[in-house]
Amino acid sequence: MKISIASGKGGTGKTTLATNLAYLLSQKSPVILADLDVEEPNSGFFIKGKEIHEKKVFRMIPEWDKEKCVLCGNCQRVCKFNAVIKLWEEVLVFNQLCHSCYACSELCPQNALPMKTYEVGKITEFEQNNLHFIEGKLNVGEEQAVPLIKETIDFTNHNYSSDILRIFDAPPGTSCPVIEATKSADYIILITEPTPFGLHDLKLAVEVMRELKKDFGVIINRYGIGNDDVVQYCEDERIPLLGKIPNMKKAAEAYSKGELLSEAIPEIRSAILDIIKNLQDREVLL
Amino acid sequence: MKEIVVISGKGGTGKTSITAAFAMLAGKNAVIADCDVDAADMHLLLQPDFAKSEDFYSGFKAEIDQELCMKCGKCKQACRFDAVKKIDDSYNILNLDCEGCGYCAEICPVKAIQMVEQNVGKWYISKIKNNAQMVHARLGIGADNSGKLVAKVKKEAKNIAQEASKDFILVDGSPGIGCPVVSSLSGADYVIIVTEPTLPGFHDMKRVYELVQNFHLTAGCIINKYDINKEISEKIKSFCKKNSIDIISYFPYDETFTQAMTQGKTIVEFDDGNLKKILENSWKKIISLTDQH
Ligand code: SF4
Ligand code: SF4
Ligand code: SF4
Ligand code: SF4
Repeated sequence: MKISIASGKGGTGKTTLATNLAYLLSQKSPVILADLDVEEPNSGFFIKGKEIHEKKVFRMIPEWDKEKCVLCGNCQRVCKFNAVIKLWEEVLVFNQLCHSCYACSELCPQNALPMKTYEVGKITEFEQNNLHFIEGKLNVGEEQAVPLIKETIDFTNHNYSSDILRIFDAPPGTSCPVIEATKSADYIILITEPTPFGLHDLKLAVEVMRELKKDFGVIINRYGIGNDDVVQYCEDERIPLLGKIPNMKKAAEAYSKGELLSEAIPEIRSAILDIIKNLQDREVLL
Repeated sequence: MKEIVVISGKGGTGKTSITAAFAMLAGKNAVIADCDVDAADMHLLLQPDFAKSEDFYSGFKAEIDQELCMKCGKCKQACRFDAVKKIDDSYNILNLDCEGCGYCAEICPVKAIQMVEQNVGKWYISKIKNNAQMVHARLGIGADNSGKLVAKVKKEAKNIAQEASKDFILVDGSPGIGCPVVSSLSGADYVIIVTEPTLPGFHDMKRVYELVQNFHLTAGCIINKYDINKEISEKIKSFCKKNSIDIISYFPYDETFTQAMTQGKTIVEFDDGNLKKILENSWKKIISLTDQH
């Protein structure tokens, strides 16, 4: 089972939910938590496991071989991303723009653009009893999150049996990184806040999940702070409301220190336990 | 004309609420650009009229003409993104996986593959409630061109600001450190980082500041909810001092932010007390800081 936790808007409690769900569930059986919010991964502040493995992640970028090149310009013509430009006497490759499609490299008549590795980030694996925590982290300056998200998911697939429950902390938004982090999941939890921003971005996220034909439910975080429009919306759209996490200044303070809220605040622990029960009733969780 | 870009690294720090309040304070001296195109929320507070809208095309997807295809499978071999799938006897493009690189179209021996430009969103020029102009956008679902749409929004805002000789372009930037943020930052005269004193907030701020430094931009910092963890607020302060980041202001943890939002108002329209004063002082300070730089 793979559950992806997503939200249209950032900062609505994705990480709080992912880490606490994974932590509480791991007290019964093994769980993998993968932080796929690779631009700004934050789950690691709340899960204090022992580091067992770190690996650099690379992607392939063409590198110009001046000696072999005859300056025919074919590379510039085939690249749809303007990542390779032929000037009068040289060919320039813009690493950030390159999507690693190999077209320029394999179609160069002189083999003058061999593909070379280029570091984009790293994947770190931590262990805390039954909880296996995998973090993908993008290097600053690298603009493309998708290849690293893909690698991080592949890493969990290669290293762990598919029987183990996987929880993905997805990036925020509705564009390509979210699609990458949710398209292979069996169930999606959308987390939002009961505010106009929360509702607006929830609607976008719901559109994405319907487009992907995913089974999903909604959780409201900081319940009590805004109004009841999100609850109403879920009712009108017949979207299952999986639970509510109460709004408490205490929670913001505990979060600020990197404390796991289900350990620090009993009300939040019971809200998360209710969510687990709800997911079991719906047979999302065993 | 100065371009001021507000970013945060982490989501949920109050960036958009604060930027919208600045928009009201700047009045008609500014053109507003909402570059958080992935989850654009500022319109909920500024009530733009969507006067002018245009489709945004960017990027491609491959399409196979089944009549022409002779099923040689070369496209499937070439594609690095596993976006060509053989279903029964025919080759098909998986739309969600296709990166639009065009390699398959380039090598198809019978030219059966077309690269079709994608409509990935819409952008708008609006008048907002204080009659200032705002450029904003909406990205289509799963689109992978948010960086380009951000660039488009900024370019239009710049044109308007230049034509009308405005003093400022005020940009609500995107979260994260990826391509939309890079586009938001390019060409900025001054960057404002809105952060919160939480371990994730501080960490994300440092990462996004690294990016700001890569672009050699000057920055200032606003600490929202500074009182939820004064120890980390102090750490953020020393980080700013060490890196010559101007400290613009501190906001207390205050649910007024949400109450104002619930009524579709910016904080300066809703609150007459402390928050409004901090915002007014912040905006004055920002104007004088951008004058210095
Ligand atoms: S295609 Fe190859 S030979 Fe032609 S300009 Fe590019 S690198 Fe040089
Ligand atoms: S590998 Fe593809 S994207 Fe990268 S430079 Fe070559 S053609 Fe462009
Ligand atoms: S390369 Fe062209 S002809 Fe060959 S299978 Fe693909 S689409 Fe058909
Ligand atoms: S355009 Fe590129 S990504 Fe899309 S199917 Fe063709 S080779 Fe694959």
